[in-house]
Amino acid sequence: MEHYLSLLVKAVFIENMALAFFLGMCTFIAISKKVEAAIGLGIAVVVVLTITVPVNNLIYNNVLREGALGWAGMPNTDLSFLGLITYIGVIAAIVQIMEMVLDKYIPALYSALGVFLPLITVNCAIMGAALFMVERDYNFGESVVYGFGAGLGWALAIVALAGIREKLKYSDVPPGLRGLGITFITVGLMSMGFMSFSGISL
Amino acid sequence: MAGQTAKQVLFEPIFSNNPIALQILGICSALAVTASLNVTIVMCISVIAVTACSNFAVSLIRNQIPGSIRIIAQMTIIASLVIVVDQLLKAYAYEISKQLSVFVGLIITNCIVMGRAEGFAMQNTPGMSFLDGIGNGLGYSVLLLFVGFWRELFGSGSLFGVTILSPVNEGGWYVTNGLLLLPPSAFFIIGLAIWALRTWKPEQVEEPDYKMSAHKVKEAF
Repeated sequence: MEHYLSLLVKAVFIENMALAFFLGMCTFIAISKKVEAAIGLGIAVVVVLTITVPVNNLIYNNVLREGALGWAGMPNTDLSFLGLITYIGVIAAIVQIMEMVLDKYIPALYSALGVFLPLITVNCAIMGAALFMVERDYNFGESVVYGFGAGLGWALAIVALAGIREKLKYSDVPPGLRGLGITFITVGLMSMGFMSFSGISL
Repeated sequence: MAGQTAKQVLFEPIFSNNPIALQILGICSALAVTASLNVTIVMCISVIAVTACSNFAVSLIRNQIPGSIRIIAQMTIIASLVIVVDQLLKAYAYEISKQLSVFVGLIITNCIVMGRAEGFAMQNTPGMSFLDGIGNGLGYSVLLLFVGFWRELFGSGSLFGVTILSPVNEGGWYVTNGLLLLPPSAFFIIGLAIWALRTWKPEQVEEPDYKMSAHKVKEAF
């Protein structure tokens, strides 16, 4: 249990997807003008990551990994080079399925998330989490915790940035820095703040 | 976008319509690989190759792809190209591919590649699309190399691994600036680069969301 808790804290704060690895930056900067939109996108990312990382973990461990096809009578096959195309396919498929399921059974949530779901397929944070999961060799339980934690960290960062930007638009910024420039510098300062978490271990 | 000359297609994205500074595309994987120039160069070459080839391939089959599944068709092309790049790097530049870790794979979700395939290659001939891919890849590389240059020079006192400013802990005189090796510095450098670019080309400046009204002083009587 302790091991999972420490993994969760690490994924949320110390190895924050957005602020320490720069993943999902495009959407992070584009959709952070309003707090409500940021919250919607944040929730969608948490949900998608919590599902896709474990699914990709199962596929990697049971099909792609070297020797994983032993149950099918092919113990020497190594399909790990197909990893990239498989993960992106799985992510795109799951996002599509989620969209259809939500539309049918939970229309309220669908209309809240609707706009953001398709955007998520090309969000590097989702793909990045799948790749980190493979690189660090997480087992199934760890991958669930990691997916959830990574999503939560990303959501936290985007909501915080949106909060800052809502106030920032009233300030008198030099013309050249207006918009994108000042946003980058704000994110840099936030990233420095998050760095103070490094060194914490449970 | 019809009627553009090949030269415009190739050079416009470098400064006038830079994918990172103006279109906000492809920042995702850009920042983490800029702490040393060797790694940055390899990343840039990979991105240029993938963008150009994917643009070319998408443009070749643009009239055959049904509209409703075009995204997944583009995605498959891009993912296959990235796998080729990844395997090549693992075979010929193993050390660097270890340092790039997941970021080679993340070229797939790099919005530049996807954005150019969808925005340019779907409407233009293969030759032009190829040039557009190279141009946008170069625009990405220029900004990345700019960031990488300052980070490596002042962060570890070297360029391409060759010592320029001899650092204190190796008996030299230059006190290395540790901040530049850490993630936040990349954000500051890009922010400042955008400021410099927009001072040079003022037409890129964004309109303010909120305008302060002029301060009017009324006399007290």
